[in-house]
Amino acid sequence: MAWTWQTALFFALLLATLGAMTGLALLRPETERIGVLGLPTTRGDRLFLTLLSAAFIHLGWLALAGEAPLWGGSVLSLIWGAALFRWA
Amino acid sequence: MAKPRDDRAWLLVLPVVALVAFSALIPVMTVVNYSVQDSFGNNEFFWNGTGWFKELLDPSTDLGGRFFDALWRTLLFSALCLLIEIPLGIGVALSMPRQGWGVSASLVVLALPLLIPWNVVGTIWQVFARRDIGLLGAAVNGLGVDYNYAQDPLDAWITVVAMDVWHWTSLVALLCYAGLRSIPDAYYQAARVDGAGAWAVFRAIQLPKMQRVLTIAVLLRFMDSFMIYTEPFVVTGGGPGNATTFLSIDLVKIALGQFDLGKAAAMSIVYNLIVLAVCWVFFATTTRRESEAAR
Repeated sequence: MAWTWQTALFFALLLATLGAMTGLALLRPETERIGVLGLPTTRGDRLFLTLLSAAFIHLGWLALAGEAPLWGGSVLSLIWGAALFRWA
Repeated sequence: MAKPRDDRAWLLVLPVVALVAFSALIPVMTVVNYSVQDSFGNNEFFWNGTGWFKELLDPSTDLGGRFFDALWRTLLFSALCLLIEIPLGIGVALSMPRQGWGVSASLVVLALPLLIPWNVVGTIWQVFARRDIGLLGAAVNGLGVDYNYAQDPLDAWITVVAMDVWHWTSLVALLCYAGLRSIPDAYYQAARVDGAGAWAVFRAIQLPKMQRVLTIAVLLRFMDSFMIYTEPFVVTGGGPGNATTFLSIDLVKIALGQFDLGKAAAMSIVYNLIVLAVCWVFFATTTRRESEAAR
């Protein structure tokens, strides 16, 4: 077993996101809302969807973008995530 | 305007989270960690970045070719299982008695296959379908049909699909039966007053009322068949050739057979993401339908 700092960073960021969302939920409770997807979503739902689609965007980038740096996929995911949080 | 959500109760779940950390989170972290490295044994690991993922997603490579072949096979298997089990389950549920001793008797009979462990189901079918000593295999061959699941890919497919149908149609039938039982008699009386036939009753009353349980049945059956491992592994071992090598079987071959931990880890992450995505789609369709009904 050889842990790498990249894996640690990945999960630390994930944990930090969950922590921030928990803090936000405690400080500013929210109501569900219905967006463009046509189903009631909370911030947590939108985060889940953002993370899941970010994974697929990165996989798609790896498959299609050839030698282009993976950051492109990350930027695309951030834009997509922002759109989901705003309109989903 | 709905009441604001108060999520503080979730903090009470923390002890469970701590337990799940050891049973699920740490293993997942290990898999992610493996997926970016390569190992030649001796507990030595080398950084490989996104190399395995690139290879996996490129069908022209050995790993990618294997992955996509197994993925299509698994999707085809799931589709066949759903196409057969869902209508059959509905049919069984509709023909089950609604009162009297027949109810308990049929419930027990239907529950029997569900109680048998996966590897035992595999063993039963492996023997049952053998052409030399198996009741099914020998009978079919006796009728003049050349059936041999160990050599013919089509026969192997028929055998594993038939096995899954035998094992899991009961689940669909039981769920549908529960859905049917919850329909009040008034609906049927109204249908009788209107002079509705059996098909009209099915389309306008029974099917809509079963929609919820059917969604659950489709979700459960898709997940189970998409992740199937034990039964086909026991019956065909993924063969003949690679004809019934589904994703999970290929994954185990790569991880434990070849000890290619990096490749297997990358493959299982993509596999897991597909399962999560499909789960979400099912969840979204159900919630959407419910929220539309509530409005």
